[in-house]
Amino acid sequence: MVVKGKIKRGEYFDSVTLMIVAQKINEFEGIADAAVVMNTAENRSILESSELLISEFDDAKASDLLICVNAENDEIAEKAMLQVDEILENVRHEISDTEDFLPKSLDTALKSLPDANLVLISVAGKYAAQEAMKALKKGLHVMIFSDNVSLEDEIRLKKYAQKKDLLVMGPDCGTAIINGVPLAFANVVNRGNIGIVAASGTGLQEISSVISNNGAGISQAIGTGGRDVKKEVGGIMFLAALEALNRDKNTEIIVLVSKPPAKEVLKKILNKVENINKPVIAMFLGIDEGIYKDSDIIPAKTLEEAALIAVSLTQEKDKYSFQDILEKRKKRIQEIVQKEAKTKTSTQKYLRGLFCGGTLCEEALIIFQDKIGDVYSNMSSKEKYQLNDPLQSIKNTVIDMGADEFTVGRPHPMIDYSLRNRRILKEAEDPEVAVILIDVVLGYGSNMEPATELIPVIKQASKTAEKTGRDISFVCSITGTDHDPQNKKDVEKRFHATGVHVMESNAAACGLSGLIIKMLSEKFGKKENRHGKK
Amino acid sequence: MAKNNLFDKDLKVINIGLSSFKDSIEEVNADAVQVDWKPPAQMDEKILQILSKNESYIQKQNKKCLDTILNGAPFLIDLERAIDVIPGMKKNMILHAGPPVTWNRMCGPMRGAIIGALMYEGMAVNPEEAEKIAASDKIEYSPCHEHSTVGPMAGIVSPSMPVFVLKNEEYGNQAYCTLNEGLGKVLRYGAFSKEVIEKLRWMESVLYPALKRAVNELGKIDLKNIIAQALHMGDEVHNRNRAATSLFYRHIAPAIIKTTQDTEIAVKVLEFINGNDHFFLNLSMPACKVTLDAARNIKGSSVVVAMTRNGTDFGLQLSGTDDQWFVGQAPIPDALFFPGYTKDDANRDIGDSSITETNGLGGFAIAASPAIVQFVGGAAQDALNYTQEMYEITVGENNIYQIPSLNFRGSPTGIDIVKVVEKGILPFIDTGVAHKDAGVGQVGAGVLSAPMEPFIKALQGFVESIEKK
Repeated sequence: MVVKGKIKRGEYFDSVTLMIVAQKINEFEGIADAAVVMNTAENRSILESSELLISEFDDAKASDLLICVNAENDEIAEKAMLQVDEILENVRHEISDTEDFLPKSLDTALKSLPDANLVLISVAGKYAAQEAMKALKKGLHVMIFSDNVSLEDEIRLKKYAQKKDLLVMGPDCGTAIINGVPLAFANVVNRGNIGIVAASGTGLQEISSVISNNGAGISQAIGTGGRDVKKEVGGIMFLAALEALNRDKNTEIIVLVSKPPAKEVLKKILNKVENINKPVIAMFLGIDEGIYKDSDIIPAKTLEEAALIAVSLTQEKDKYSFQDILEKRKKRIQEIVQKEAKTKTSTQKYLRGLFCGGTLCEEALIIFQDKIGDVYSNMSSKEKYQLNDPLQSIKNTVIDMGADEFTVGRPHPMIDYSLRNRRILKEAEDPEVAVILIDVVLGYGSNMEPATELIPVIKQASKTAEKTGRDISFVCSITGTDHDPQNKKDVEKRFHATGVHVMESNAAACGLSGLIIKMLSEKFGKKENRHGKK
Repeated sequence: MAKNNLFDKDLKVINIGLSSFKDSIEEVNADAVQVDWKPPAQMDEKILQILSKNESYIQKQNKKCLDTILNGAPFLIDLERAIDVIPGMKKNMILHAGPPVTWNRMCGPMRGAIIGALMYEGMAVNPEEAEKIAASDKIEYSPCHEHSTVGPMAGIVSPSMPVFVLKNEEYGNQAYCTLNEGLGKVLRYGAFSKEVIEKLRWMESVLYPALKRAVNELGKIDLKNIIAQALHMGDEVHNRNRAATSLFYRHIAPAIIKTTQDTEIAVKVLEFINGNDHFFLNLSMPACKVTLDAARNIKGSSVVVAMTRNGTDFGLQLSGTDDQWFVGQAPIPDALFFPGYTKDDANRDIGDSSITETNGLGGFAIAASPAIVQFVGGAAQDALNYTQEMYEITVGENNIYQIPSLNFRGSPTGIDIVKVVEKGILPFIDTGVAHKDAGVGQVGAGVLSAPMEPFIKALQGFVESIEKK
C-alpha cells in the first residue's frame, strides 16, 4: 500500500461537499482510505489518526485543501487524486453556474435583505464566532449550528448579546423554530401557544413533535446549545430565552429541556421561574425531582411526558389528564410484549439500542435504569458501565451513534445511516440479542429516505437471526410529524409492514423494549434458577 | 425590545454555511439569503484589535479617500517629451512598470523593452551592447508610479519618448503616459526588432507633433466623460477600449485635420489611431493614475492607490502609508492563449494597467463589457458576478462610471485592503499575457486575481502606521 497526497492552495469547499468527494474516492477499487479535507487542526488530527498525515502537508496553510489517499499502488493513488480534481472542478462549476450572484459576506447579504433579523451560521467552528460577532454588532439575532466554538468565544458572544438584548442560539445548536420557521434540523410542527427552551437538540425535536402530533402547537422553540447551562456560561441564553418567552404574548405555556444544569445555573432558573406567570414544565434529564420541592415548576419524567403535560394544559385539562393516554398505551404494550417474548430462544436476553439522537439516548439510559437496571453505553456516567470499545456491545447496551468517536470526518448519523446500518447487522449476529431499538429522526436536514434505507437492513438482520433459529424484535421511535418532508405516517406504515414496532415516542419505544427484556429475564431466568437448584 | 421584535415580525434569515438550511427555510415561505462564504485569511489577533479600536477613524478616512477619487477630474491637456515634463526624469533614467525592481530580477519582456528603449534612444547600436549598458550602473531604473506616470505591460519610458500630459482639474496634479503602439511586435511586450524601433521613431516624429497640435487646438479633452460613455458602450477600458478609442477619435479627428497641413500625414495619424483598438488604454490608465494620485497621503486610509506588476513582483501602495510598497510574487495569468501558446509560455503578470482596477474600472467593471466575457467563462452572468463580488472589497461606488447591466449602479470603487484580507476576496484584474521571452510579444489575454501576499503585508504596514499616529 502507498500513501500519497497533495495540497491545493487556497481552495475552499465546505465540509459536506468534501465528505461526499472522499466517499466517492473511497469506493474506488484499490483505495483503502481517502481524505479530502481543509487543513484545520481538527482535520490534521483526524489525518494523523488514520495515518494519512504525510510530511508534504507540513507547510500547508489553514486555507489549503489537503487530499490524501491510501492506495494499493502509485498508479491507483495518482488516478484517485486526479479524480478528486475532476469532481471538485464539477462542484466549482455547479457553484459558478448558479444564475444569481450570491453575496460573499454578511454586509452584502444585508443589502439584499435589509430587514433580516436572524443569522444562521454553520461554517467551521473557528470562523463561526467571528461571523456571529459581526451579526451581533449589526443588531441581529444569531443561531450557531457549528460546533468546535471555544468556550471563551461562547461566553464572549453571549455576554455581548445579553447587553444588546439579542439571542445567541448555540454554538452546537442543532435546531430551533422561530415564528413558525424551522431552522437547521427541525420538524414542521403546528403553531400554537407552547414555547420551548432547550439546551438539547433532539430533546427539542422530540417534545415539539409530540406536542404537534397531539394536536397542540409551538409558539417558539429556542435552542441554546448544550454548554449554555454549564457553570462557565452560566445559563445566559437559557435565562434570556426564558425571559423572551415570558414576554412573548403568543406563548402561554413554557417547556424547559436540558441535561441537568450546573447547580448554580439551576438555582438561577428556579429563581427566574418564580417570576413567571405562565406554567413552566421542566424536563432536566435524570435530575432528582426533590429539587423542585419549593418551586412552581411542573416536573416531567420523560420528554414525551413534558410534551403531554403541556398539551393537557393548552386544552385546559388537568395537567395529569395525559395519564389516560399512557394507561391506554400500557395495554397495547403488554400485548406486544407477550407476543414478542414468545418467539425468543433461551439465549436471547439483551437489547441493543442504537441511537442517532443524543438526548434520546440519554433518555433511554434513564428509562432502562428504572426498568431493567443499568445498561452499558458510550454515554454512561458510571465508570463500570462505560464501554471500553464503543464498537463492541456488552449485555444490554445503548449507543449514541452521534458521539464524537463516530462522527469525526463524517456526516451525523441522522443524515448518514451507513454506520448504524452496519451496526444493526452486527448486533443481529449476536445470539444473545433479543431486541434492537432504534430512533428515527425526521425533519429538515435529516436523512430524506429513512424507510428506504433502513428496511432492507432490518430485513437482512432478521434473516441473519433466522439462520440460527432466532427472531429479533425491532422497536423504533419516530421523532417527527406528518408535515415533515419525510412524512411520519408514510415512514411508520412502511416500518409496520416490515414487522417493526413503531412507537409514538422515544419513551414508549424504550418502555416496550425494556418490558420485553424484563419478561425474557423472568421467563428464562427462572428456568435457569430451577436448573441451578437441581 | 429586540427579542420581542424577533417574535413579532416575520423571520428573515441570512444563512452563512450549509445551503440546505436556506432551502428548508424557503420551503415554508420565509425569506432567506445565502452567503457564499469563504474562510477569511488568517488575521493576527493584535491586528484585529487595532482595526476594531480605530474602526470609525479608518471609516472616516476611507470615505475622505473615496470622495477624493470620485471628485477627480482627469483631462488630457497636452503632449510633451518625457524628459521635459515627468518629475524626476533624468537622461540616463528608464521608468518601468510595477514596484521597484533591479535589472537582475527583471523578467524577459521588461529586459527586452529596455534593450529596445536604449537602441531607440541611440545609447546602443545593437541588442548586445544595449544589454551590457542596461546591466551596468550607467542606467538608473525607477518605477513609473513614483513619477506620476503609468505604462502598460513593461511600461518602459525613456527620456525622448513623447507622453500624454493629464491634469486632475479638481486637485491640480498631473500624470503621464506614453502613446500606445498598437498590436503585433511592440516594445511594451519586450520586442526590440528594427521595425519596433522604427515605429517608435515615427510616433516621435509624426504622431506626437500632430497629436500635440490637435490637443493644443482643443485646449483639453474631458477623459472622465469619455470613459463614462465608453462603459455604456461595452468597454471596461482595460482589455476593451474600442468604444473609448472611437469616442476619442471623434474628438481629435477634426482638430488633427485642422492643424496638420500635410493631408497624407493627417491620414496616417488618423489611420494609426483608428487601427488600434487599444489606443485609448494609454489614456484610461493615466486618467486613473491622475485621479488616484490625488487621493494619496490620507493618514488612516486603508484604500489602495496603486496596484501594479513588473513581471516579477506584484506591488501595491495605500493612501495611508505614504510611498511604501507592499510586494509579493506576481501570479502567472490563467488566460486564453493565442494558438500555439500555452501557460508554459506566459510571463508572470506585468504592467501598470491594473491602475484601472484600482480606480474601479477594468476587471471591476467587467459587467459593463459583455463582449469580452469569454475571458471569464463565456457567460454574461459570470461577468456580472465578478463585478458584484468586487463591491465586497470596495469602500463605495463611482458616481459617474456606471454599469448599465446592473441598473446603472456605480462601479465598485476604492479597494479597501481590510476588506480584502478579512473576506479573502482578491481584486479581479483583466490582463494581457506577455511571452516570458523578450521579443515574442503578446501570447494571450485573460483575467486573474491579485495575489494575497502583498495585501497581508499592506495590512501589517497599515496597522503599524495607525499605531504611530
